[in-house]
Amino acid sequence: MEGRFWTLVFVIFAAAALAACAVAPAYQLWFPGSGEALSTIGARIDHLFYVILVVIAVVFVGVNVALGYVLWRGAKQPSEVKAVYSHGNQTLEVVWTVIPGVILLALALYQMDVWASFRMREFYPQDMRTIAEVTARQFEWRIRYAAPDKTLEADPHPDDVYTVNDLRVPVNRPVAISLRTEDVQHAFFVPELRIKQDALPGKRIPVWFEVTRPGTYDLVCAELCGWGHYKMKGRLVALSEEDYAAWLKQAFEDQFDDGVGEGEKSD
Amino acid sequence: MSAVTGMTGSVDHAAGAHAAPGFLSRYVFSRDHKVIGIQFMFTTLLMLFVGGALALGIRWQLAYPWEPMPLLGNAFADEGGQIPPETYTMLLTMHGTIMVFLVIIPILAGGFGNLLIPLQIGAEDMAFPTLNMLSYWFMWPAIVFFMLAMHAGAAAGWTAYPVLAVLPQAAPGSGVAQTYWLLGVTLVGISSLMGAVNYMTTIINMRAPGMTLFRMPLTIWAMFITAILQAFALPMLTAAGLMQISDRTLGTCFFIPAGIIVNNADPTVGGGQPLLWQHLFWFYSHPAVYIMLLPVMGMVSDMLACMCRKPVFGYKPMIHSMGAIAGLGFIVWGHHMFISGMNPMLGMAFMISTILIALPSAVKTFNWIGTMWGGRLQFNTVMLNCVAFVSMFVVGGLSGIFMAAVPVDVFFHDTYFIVAHFHYVLFGATLFGVYGALHFWFPKMFGRMMSEFWGKIHFFITFIAFNLTFFPMHLLGMQGMPRRLADPYHYSYLEHLLPLNQVMTWAAIVMGFAQIILFLNFVISSFAGRKAGRNPWNANGLEWIAPSPPPHGNFDVTPVVYRGPYEYSAPDAPDGQDYWLQSDERGGQMAERH
Repeated sequence: MEGRFWTLVFVIFAAAALAACAVAPAYQLWFPGSGEALSTIGARIDHLFYVILVVIAVVFVGVNVALGYVLWRGAKQPSEVKAVYSHGNQTLEVVWTVIPGVILLALALYQMDVWASFRMREFYPQDMRTIAEVTARQFEWRIRYAAPDKTLEADPHPDDVYTVNDLRVPVNRPVAISLRTEDVQHAFFVPELRIKQDALPGKRIPVWFEVTRPGTYDLVCAELCGWGHYKMKGRLVALSEEDYAAWLKQAFEDQFDDGVGEGEKSD
Repeated sequence: MSAVTGMTGSVDHAAGAHAAPGFLSRYVFSRDHKVIGIQFMFTTLLMLFVGGALALGIRWQLAYPWEPMPLLGNAFADEGGQIPPETYTMLLTMHGTIMVFLVIIPILAGGFGNLLIPLQIGAEDMAFPTLNMLSYWFMWPAIVFFMLAMHAGAAAGWTAYPVLAVLPQAAPGSGVAQTYWLLGVTLVGISSLMGAVNYMTTIINMRAPGMTLFRMPLTIWAMFITAILQAFALPMLTAAGLMQISDRTLGTCFFIPAGIIVNNADPTVGGGQPLLWQHLFWFYSHPAVYIMLLPVMGMVSDMLACMCRKPVFGYKPMIHSMGAIAGLGFIVWGHHMFISGMNPMLGMAFMISTILIALPSAVKTFNWIGTMWGGRLQFNTVMLNCVAFVSMFVVGGLSGIFMAAVPVDVFFHDTYFIVAHFHYVLFGATLFGVYGALHFWFPKMFGRMMSEFWGKIHFFITFIAFNLTFFPMHLLGMQGMPRRLADPYHYSYLEHLLPLNQVMTWAAIVMGFAQIILFLNFVISSFAGRKAGRNPWNANGLEWIAPSPPPHGNFDVTPVVYRGPYEYSAPDAPDGQDYWLQSDERGGQMAERH
C-alpha cells in the first residue's frame, strides 16, 4: 500500500509540473508582455525554444511514465517474488545512447543559424545602422545619438544628443547599439525583445535588433553590478520612422536650446 | 596491499592496540578516515543551516520587499530587520558561496568520500591519514575567512566577477571583504586538493585483494573520477584567486582594463582582461558542478541496487557515462559565458559540447530506471530519496538543454530560469541523494539506525516544499525576471509576480524548518537509534562486513573480493539470503557479468 502512495507522489509531481506549464500562459507566467517576441531575432529565439520544449516534453513524459510504471509494478509486487536478476542489456544501451545522441546533435546544429545572425559580424543585416552608443554605469544607462542626419562615431562629437535611461529606436529596421561600460560589468536586457548582452569593461560590443512593434519596453540590467543593481532601470521606446526622426530633431533642438527666445535673438 | 599501507597502517594499529588514544586524538585531531568523514558531515550540515538561513533572507526580500524580516532580519541587517540592497547582494553572494564551497563539495568528497572509500575497497584507512586530517582542518580557516567576508559584506556574487569584485570602491564594504572571500576560496581549494590526492592514491593502491577496477562499487568509481576532476581543475581556481588577491592588494591588473572609472575614483591604469577571470573561474567551477553531482550519482546507484534487490542495470555504461561527463565537463565551461562578450565562434563550440553532455546524463537516467525495473522495491527513506534524486535530476537535466542552446540562452541567461535549473540539480538531485546516503550509511557511522518514521516525514515535507519553492522559478524565468535583483517589482513587467513569490517564500520557510527534523533525527539517532548489526540492509559491499561502527583499522581481517558489487537476487545465492557478499568465498570466483 505504502509503495503505491509514494509512487503516486512522484507521478503527481510530474503531472503537476506539466499542468503548471500548460496553464502558465493564462496567468501571465510564460514569455513576458504579450507573450510574443517583439524583435525579429526574438521571434526566431522563441521558435527554437518551442522546438526544444516539444523534444523535452516528450522525453519528460516518457521518462516519468517509465519511472511511474517501474515503481507501481514494484509496489504491487508481493514481497516473496524475487527481483529480476539482470545486469543490463547491451542492445538497449546502444539504442538509448545513439538515439538521444542524434537528437541532441541535431538540436545543437539547428541553433547555429540564429546565433550566427545575432552575433557574427559577417551575418549581420546589410542595411543595419548603428544609431546609439549605450554606456552603462552604476546604476544608469547613458545614451548618445548622433545629431540628425549624421552618423555616430566612436568618439563623442560636440553635437551629439544625449539621454539617460531612455533609448529610442525606429521600428521595422535593423538597428544596432554600441554597448560599453564606464565602470563594472552590466548587461543590456530587453525581455520583450529577448535581447541580452553583457557590457564588458574595456570592450565595445555591437548589439543589433529589429523591433517589430512600436511601444515602450523595460530595459533591465541583468548582470550583478553592485548594490543598486536592482534599480538600474531604463526603457526602450520603439517609434515609427517618422516619429523617431521627429523625436531626434526635437531632442537635438532642446539640448542645444540656450533658453533665449526666438524674438530676443535679433542682434 | 601496497607498501604505503604496510607502513603507516601497521604502525598506527600497533600504537592503537597498546595505548587507548585520548579524546583529542580520537575525536578531534583524528586520523581515522571515518571520524574525519563524520567531522566533515557535521560541519557541512551546520553550514547547510547557515546557507539556508541566508537563502531565507533572500526569499523574504523577494516576497516582502523592504519589510523588516522577523527573527533572522536582525542577524543580517542593522536597520530593524530590514534588508538593505547591499545586504541583499551579500546574502546572495554568501548563500551561493557557502552552499557550494562549504556544503555540497565537502559533504560529498570530504564526508562520504572519506567514510566510504577505504570501507568499500577493503582498506584499513586512507593512504595518507595525516594529510586527510589536514584536509579537514584546512576547512576551518576557510570557514573563518568566509564568515569574515560575510561580516565585511562581500557582495560580488559567488562568481566574483571583476571589475565589480576587484576594485574595492565598486561596492560598499568591499574594502577587505572580497580579499577575505578569495582567501576562503583558496583555503577550501587546498582542502579539496589534499582530499583529491589522497582519494586517488588510496583507490589506485589500496584495494583489497581481488578488488579489480571493474569490481569497484559505482560510488568508488564516482569518487575516483571526482578526485581526478578536482585535482586537475582546482589549480586553475587557486591561481585565479591568487591573481585576484594580487590585483586587490598588490596593484597588479590581471583583470582590470585601463580607463575604468568607478565611483568617481581616478581611472584605472589597467591593461588587464576581466573575461580572463570568467574563463579561469568557470574552468574550475563547471567541473565543480560535476564534483557536486558525480559522487551522488555513484551513491544513488549503490543504494538503488540494494533497495530494489537488483544488480545495477548497465554497470559498465554507468562508468563510461561518468567518464564521459568528466571528460566533457572540462570543455563546457564557456556555456556560462555565451553573452559575456567572448568570441561568438566559441559559443558554437561550447554549445555542441554542452548539449552533448546531456547524453551521458540521459544514459545514466535510463539505467537507473532499468535498475528499478522488475526489482523487489523497498519503499523506505533511502529508496524514496533516491527516486526523488532521479525524478529531480530529470527536471534539472532537461531544463539545462534550454540554456545549452546558445540563442535560447540569450533570453534565459541570468534569469530565474537558471536559478531553477541549478537548484533542481544541486538541491533536487544532489541533496536528496545525500539525504538518502545519510540514512543508508548511518548504521555504518554510528552502529544505529536513523528513524524511518521521521525520515519519511522529512522526505515528504522537503519534497513538496522543494518543488513549490523551485518549480515556479522556471516560470519567473520565462517572464524574464533577472537573478540578483533586490527588488524586482521596481520593473512594471514583473509586478504581477509578487503573489507567486510569496507562495514560494512560504514553501521555502517550511522547507527550511523541515531540515531541523533531519538534523534532530541525525543527532538523536546517533546515540538513541535502534541498534544495527553489521549489515542491516542486506547489502553486498565490503563496508557491510565490517563491524558497525568499524574500529580504527576497519576490518577484522583483510577482506578478499570474489565478485562484482551488485550480486542481488542471484539465483545461486546462498541459503537464507538473496545476495552474494563481495567477499563471500562460497561460490568461488564468479565470471565477470555485465
